[in-house]
Amino acid sequence: MAKMVQPTGQAPELLRRLLRAKDRMDAASDEDWPIRRLARVSGASEAHFARSFKEAFGVPPHRYLLTRRLERAAALLRDTNLSITQIAFHTGWNSLGTFGRTFREVTGESPGELRTREKAARHQFEQVPACFLGAAHRPHLTIAVSEKRRRKASGMGRAEATESS
Amino acid sequence: MTQGVGVVGVYVRDQDEALKFYVEKLGFRVHTDARNGDYRWLTVQHPDQPFFQLGLFAPQPPTLDAATAQSLRELVAKGAMPPLVLVVDDCRAAHDRMRELGVEFTQEPVERYGAVDAGFRDPSGNGWKMIEAPGNPG
Repeated sequence: MAKMVQPTGQAPELLRRLLRAKDRMDAASDEDWPIRRLARVSGASEAHFARSFKEAFGVPPHRYLLTRRLERAAALLRDTNLSITQIAFHTGWNSLGTFGRTFREVTGESPGELRTREKAARHQFEQVPACFLGAAHRPHLTIAVSEKRRRKASGMGRAEATESS
Repeated sequence: MTQGVGVVGVYVRDQDEALKFYVEKLGFRVHTDARNGDYRWLTVQHPDQPFFQLGLFAPQPPTLDAATAQSLRELVAKGAMPPLVLVVDDCRAAHDRMRELGVEFTQEPVERYGAVDAGFRDPSGNGWKMIEAPGNPG
Protein backbone atom coordinates (compact mmCIF):
# COMPACT_ATOMS: atom_id res chain seq x y z
CA MET A 1 0.00 0.00 0.00
CA ALA A 2 1.42 3.39 -0.94
CA LYS A 3 2.29 5.67 1.88
CA MET A 4 0.89 9.18 1.95
CA VAL A 5 3.40 11.70 0.72
CA GLN A 6 4.18 14.13 3.49
CA PRO A 7 6.59 17.03 3.55
CA THR A 8 9.84 15.41 4.61
CA GLY A 9 11.10 18.37 6.53
CA GLN A 10 14.26 18.31 4.44
CA ALA A 11 15.45 21.73 3.36
CA PRO A 12 14.76 22.46 -0.32
CA GLU A 13 18.40 23.56 -0.68
CA LEU A 14 19.57 20.12 0.47
CA LEU A 15 17.02 18.37 -1.77
CA ARG A 16 18.22 20.33 -4.77
CA ARG A 17 21.77 19.15 -4.08
CA LEU A 18 20.64 15.55 -3.56
CA LEU A 19 18.85 15.81 -6.91
CA ARG A 20 22.22 16.62 -8.44
CA ALA A 21 23.57 13.27 -7.23
CA LYS A 22 20.53 11.52 -8.68
CA ASP A 23 20.99 13.35 -11.98
CA ARG A 24 24.63 12.32 -12.12
CA MET A 25 23.71 8.66 -11.63
CA ASP A 26 21.09 9.04 -14.34
CA ALA A 27 23.62 10.52 -16.73
CA ALA A 28 26.27 7.87 -16.13
CA SER A 29 24.65 4.83 -14.54
CA ASP A 30 27.40 2.60 -15.96
CA GLU A 31 30.00 4.32 -13.78
CA ASP A 32 30.87 3.41 -10.22
CA TRP A 33 29.15 5.62 -7.68
CA PRO A 34 30.63 5.04 -4.26
CA ILE A 35 28.91 7.00 -1.50
CA ARG A 36 31.94 9.25 -1.19
CA ARG A 37 31.55 10.37 -4.78
CA LEU A 38 27.80 10.93 -4.48
CA ALA A 39 28.20 12.81 -1.22
CA ARG A 40 30.72 15.09 -2.85
CA VAL A 41 28.34 15.87 -5.73
CA SER A 42 25.67 16.75 -3.16
CA GLY A 43 27.94 18.69 -0.89
CA ALA A 44 26.73 16.43 1.92
CA SER A 45 28.72 14.46 4.45
CA GLU A 46 29.21 10.76 3.72
CA ALA A 47 27.59 9.97 7.02
CA HIS A 48 24.33 11.69 6.09
CA PHE A 49 24.18 11.24 2.35
CA ALA A 50 22.61 7.78 2.03
CA ARG A 51 19.96 8.44 4.65
CA SER A 52 19.11 11.86 3.22
CA PHE A 53 18.89 10.44 -0.29
CA LYS A 54 16.57 7.66 0.79
CA GLU A 55 14.42 10.06 2.72
CA ALA A 56 14.18 12.32 -0.32
CA PHE A 57 13.69 9.78 -3.10
CA GLY A 58 12.29 6.75 -1.30
CA VAL A 59 15.08 4.32 -2.19
CA PRO A 60 18.69 3.99 -1.09
CA PRO A 61 21.10 5.48 -3.66
CA HIS A 62 22.56 2.20 -4.80
CA ARG A 63 19.19 0.61 -5.32
CA TYR A 64 18.25 3.62 -7.39
CA LEU A 65 21.39 3.13 -9.45
CA LEU A 66 20.48 -0.52 -9.94
CA THR A 67 17.05 0.37 -11.34
CA ARG A 68 18.66 2.81 -13.77
CA ARG A 69 21.13 0.19 -14.96
CA LEU A 70 18.38 -2.35 -15.49
CA GLU A 71 16.22 0.23 -17.27
CA ARG A 72 19.07 1.09 -19.58
CA ALA A 73 19.86 -2.57 -20.20
CA ALA A 74 16.21 -3.22 -21.05
CA ALA A 75 16.24 -0.30 -23.51
CA LEU A 76 19.39 -1.59 -25.18
CA LEU A 77 17.90 -5.08 -25.42
CA ARG A 78 14.81 -3.62 -27.00
CA ASP A 79 16.34 -1.02 -29.29
CA THR A 80 19.74 -2.34 -30.37
CA ASN A 81 21.33 -5.49 -31.65
CA LEU A 82 24.18 -5.40 -29.13
CA SER A 83 24.91 -8.78 -27.61
CA ILE A 84 23.76 -9.42 -24.06
CA THR A 85 27.39 -9.53 -22.97
CA GLN A 86 28.04 -6.13 -24.53
CA ILE A 87 24.93 -4.74 -22.88
CA ALA A 88 26.00 -6.06 -19.48
CA PHE A 89 29.32 -4.29 -19.71
CA HIS A 90 27.85 -1.11 -21.24
CA THR A 91 25.47 -0.79 -18.31
CA GLY A 92 28.01 -1.10 -15.54
CA TRP A 93 28.15 -4.80 -14.63
CA ASN A 94 31.44 -6.52 -14.06
CA SER A 95 29.99 -9.96 -14.52
CA LEU A 96 27.58 -11.33 -17.09
CA GLY A 97 26.34 -13.85 -14.54
CA THR A 98 25.44 -11.19 -11.99
CA PHE A 99 23.74 -9.12 -14.65
CA GLY A 100 21.59 -12.00 -15.90
CA ARG A 101 20.66 -13.17 -12.43
CA THR A 102 19.82 -9.70 -11.11
CA PHE A 103 17.88 -8.84 -14.25
CA ARG A 104 15.76 -11.95 -13.91
CA GLU A 105 15.23 -11.51 -10.20
CA VAL A 106 14.02 -7.95 -10.57
CA THR A 107 12.08 -8.06 -13.83
CA GLY A 108 10.91 -11.67 -13.75
CA GLU A 109 12.42 -12.60 -17.10
CA SER A 110 15.90 -13.10 -18.46
CA PRO A 111 17.53 -10.51 -20.74
CA GLY A 112 17.09 -12.89 -23.68
CA GLU A 113 13.41 -13.41 -22.95
CA LEU A 114 12.79 -9.68 -22.72
CA ARG A 115 14.54 -9.14 -26.03
CA THR A 116 12.50 -11.80 -27.79
CA ARG A 117 9.22 -10.51 -26.38
CA GLU A 118 9.91 -6.83 -27.09
CA LYS A 119 11.13 -7.44 -30.61
CA ALA A 120 7.98 -9.40 -31.38
CA ALA A 121 5.74 -6.50 -30.40
CA ARG A 122 5.63 -3.34 -32.45
CA HIS A 123 5.38 -0.16 -30.44
CA GLN A 124 3.27 2.93 -30.89
CA PHE A 125 5.52 5.21 -28.88
CA GLU A 126 7.15 7.29 -31.59
CA GLN A 127 5.46 10.44 -30.28
CA VAL A 128 6.82 10.07 -26.76
CA PRO A 129 10.36 11.40 -26.21
CA ALA A 130 12.67 8.44 -25.69
CA CYS A 131 13.84 9.63 -22.30
CA PHE A 132 10.33 9.67 -20.83
CA LEU A 133 9.54 6.36 -22.41
CA GLY A 134 12.61 4.92 -20.72
CA ALA A 135 11.38 6.15 -17.36
CA ALA A 136 8.06 4.40 -17.89
CA HIS A 137 9.92 1.11 -18.29
CA ARG A 138 12.00 1.64 -15.17
CA PRO A 139 11.82 -1.42 -12.94
CA HIS A 140 9.79 -0.79 -9.82
CA LEU A 141 12.18 -1.93 -7.16
CA THR A 142 10.59 -1.23 -3.82
CA ILE A 143 12.54 -3.84 -1.91
CA ALA A 144 16.19 -4.82 -1.90
CA VAL A 145 17.22 -7.44 -4.43
CA SER A 146 18.51 -9.61 -1.60
CA GLU A 147 15.10 -9.39 0.06
CA LYS A 148 13.36 -10.29 -3.18
CA ARG A 149 15.66 -13.27 -3.55
CA ARG A 150 15.02 -14.35 0.03
CA ARG A 151 11.25 -14.13 -0.34
CA LYS A 152 11.31 -16.10 -3.53
CA ALA A 153 13.40 -18.79 -1.89
CA SER A 154 11.07 -19.01 1.08
CA GLY A 155 8.00 -19.06 -1.13
CA MET A 156 6.63 -15.78 0.15
CA GLY A 157 4.23 -14.16 -2.24
CA ARG A 158 3.73 -10.48 -2.68
CA ALA A 159 3.13 -9.76 0.98
CA GLU A 160 4.32 -6.34 2.02
CA ALA A 161 7.29 -6.32 4.31
CA THR A 162 9.17 -3.57 6.00
CA GLU A 163 11.77 -2.23 3.68
CA SER A 164 15.30 -3.18 4.53
CA SER A 165 18.63 -1.60 3.60
CA MET B 1 -8.48 35.94 -32.44
CA THR B 2 -6.09 33.08 -31.79
CA GLN B 3 -7.30 30.42 -29.38
CA GLY B 4 -5.23 28.04 -27.31
CA VAL B 5 -3.06 27.75 -24.25
CA GLY B 6 -1.76 31.16 -23.22
CA VAL B 7 0.09 30.65 -19.96
CA VAL B 8 1.62 27.63 -18.30
CA GLY B 9 3.54 28.14 -15.09
CA VAL B 10 6.40 26.46 -13.32
CA TYR B 11 7.10 26.82 -9.63
CA VAL B 12 10.46 28.35 -8.81
CA ARG B 13 12.23 28.82 -5.50
CA ASP B 14 13.26 32.41 -6.20
CA GLN B 15 11.67 34.57 -8.87
CA ASP B 16 14.66 36.90 -9.29
CA GLU B 17 16.96 33.93 -9.80
CA ALA B 18 14.51 32.30 -12.22
CA LEU B 19 14.08 35.52 -14.19
CA LYS B 20 17.83 35.85 -14.61
CA PHE B 21 18.09 32.22 -15.70
CA TYR B 22 15.27 32.22 -18.25
CA VAL B 23 16.21 35.60 -19.71
CA GLU B 24 20.00 35.62 -19.60
CA LYS B 25 20.71 31.93 -20.16
CA LEU B 26 17.74 30.72 -22.19
CA GLY B 27 17.03 33.88 -24.15
CA PHE B 28 13.42 34.38 -23.06
CA ARG B 29 11.97 37.89 -22.65
CA VAL B 30 9.95 39.24 -19.77
CA HIS B 31 6.29 39.47 -20.70
CA THR B 32 4.69 40.57 -17.42
CA ASP B 33 6.24 41.41 -14.09
CA ALA B 34 3.54 42.74 -11.79
CA ARG B 35 3.64 42.94 -8.03
CA ASN B 36 0.94 43.27 -5.47
CA GLY B 37 2.38 43.26 -1.97
CA ASP B 38 4.41 40.04 -1.66
CA TYR B 39 2.68 38.51 -4.65
CA ARG B 40 4.44 38.71 -8.00
CA TRP B 41 2.93 37.63 -11.31
CA LEU B 42 5.95 36.98 -13.49
CA THR B 43 5.83 35.54 -16.98
CA VAL B 44 8.43 35.18 -19.70
CA GLN B 45 8.14 34.42 -23.35
CA HIS B 46 10.13 32.61 -25.97
CA PRO B 47 10.98 35.13 -28.72
CA ASP B 48 9.51 32.84 -31.40
CA GLN B 49 6.29 32.23 -29.49
CA PRO B 50 4.51 35.53 -28.92
CA PHE B 51 1.22 33.86 -28.00
CA PHE B 52 2.61 31.73 -25.19
CA GLN B 53 3.84 32.80 -21.76
CA LEU B 54 5.79 30.69 -19.29
CA GLY B 55 4.91 31.70 -15.75
CA LEU B 56 7.64 31.72 -13.12
CA PHE B 57 5.64 31.48 -9.93
CA ALA B 58 6.73 31.17 -6.32
CA PRO B 59 4.72 28.74 -4.22
CA GLN B 60 3.79 31.09 -1.40
CA PRO B 61 1.03 32.53 0.71
CA PRO B 62 -1.50 34.00 0.19
CA THR B 63 -2.33 31.82 -2.83
CA LEU B 64 -1.19 28.75 -0.87
CA ASP B 65 -0.96 28.02 2.80
CA ALA B 66 2.54 27.86 4.25
CA ALA B 67 2.67 24.06 4.59
CA THR B 68 1.51 23.48 1.02
CA ALA B 69 4.02 26.04 -0.23
CA GLN B 70 6.78 24.21 1.64
CA SER B 71 5.72 20.86 0.15
CA LEU B 72 5.85 22.35 -3.32
CA ARG B 73 9.30 23.84 -2.74
CA GLU B 74 10.46 20.36 -1.71
CA LEU B 75 8.89 18.71 -4.76
CA VAL B 76 10.44 21.20 -7.15
CA ALA B 77 13.85 20.75 -5.52
CA LYS B 78 13.50 16.97 -5.88
CA GLY B 79 12.84 17.33 -9.60
CA ALA B 80 9.34 15.91 -9.21
CA MET B 81 7.50 18.43 -11.36
CA PRO B 82 6.21 17.43 -14.82
CA PRO B 83 8.45 17.27 -17.87
CA LEU B 84 9.13 20.40 -19.89
CA VAL B 85 10.31 20.38 -23.48
CA LEU B 86 12.15 23.14 -25.29
CA VAL B 87 12.26 22.73 -29.05
CA VAL B 88 15.41 24.01 -30.76
CA ASP B 89 16.84 24.04 -34.28
CA ASP B 90 20.26 22.83 -33.24
CA CYS B 91 20.51 20.98 -29.95
CA ARG B 92 24.29 20.68 -29.88
CA ALA B 93 24.86 24.37 -30.60
CA ALA B 94 22.29 25.39 -27.99
CA HIS B 95 23.90 23.03 -25.49
CA ASP B 96 27.35 24.50 -26.08
CA ARG B 97 26.06 28.05 -25.76
CA MET B 98 24.06 27.37 -22.60
CA ARG B 99 26.78 25.33 -20.98
CA GLU B 100 29.16 28.22 -21.51
CA LEU B 101 26.67 30.33 -19.57
CA GLY B 102 26.70 27.87 -16.70
CA VAL B 103 23.46 25.98 -17.29
CA GLU B 104 23.37 22.71 -15.32
CA PHE B 105 23.04 19.96 -17.91
CA THR B 106 21.76 16.60 -16.75
CA GLN B 107 22.27 14.92 -20.10
CA GLU B 108 24.64 15.71 -22.92
CA PRO B 109 23.15 15.83 -26.43
CA VAL B 110 22.26 12.34 -27.66
CA GLU B 111 20.98 11.36 -31.06
CA ARG B 112 18.03 8.98 -31.07
CA TYR B 113 16.27 8.04 -34.29
CA GLY B 114 17.52 11.18 -36.00
CA ALA B 115 16.38 13.54 -33.23
CA VAL B 116 18.92 15.06 -30.86
CA ASP B 117 18.03 15.73 -27.24
CA ALA B 118 19.78 17.00 -24.13
CA GLY B 119 18.58 17.61 -20.59
CA PHE B 120 19.07 20.51 -18.22
CA ARG B 121 17.59 21.91 -15.04
CA ASP B 122 16.71 25.39 -13.98
CA PRO B 123 18.15 26.55 -10.66
CA SER B 124 15.00 25.48 -8.81
CA GLY B 125 15.14 21.90 -10.10
CA ASN B 126 12.63 21.97 -12.96
CA GLY B 127 13.83 19.52 -15.59
CA TRP B 128 13.86 20.42 -19.26
CA LYS B 129 14.46 18.29 -22.31
CA MET B 130 15.85 20.23 -25.22
CA ILE B 131 14.90 18.54 -28.44
CA GLU B 132 15.94 19.05 -32.03
CA ALA B 133 13.44 17.34 -34.29
CA PRO B 134 14.64 14.74 -36.81
CA GLY B 135 15.46 15.83 -40.31
CA ASN B 136 17.08 19.07 -39.29
CA PRO B 137 19.78 19.85 -41.86
CA GLY B 138 23.28 20.24 -40.42
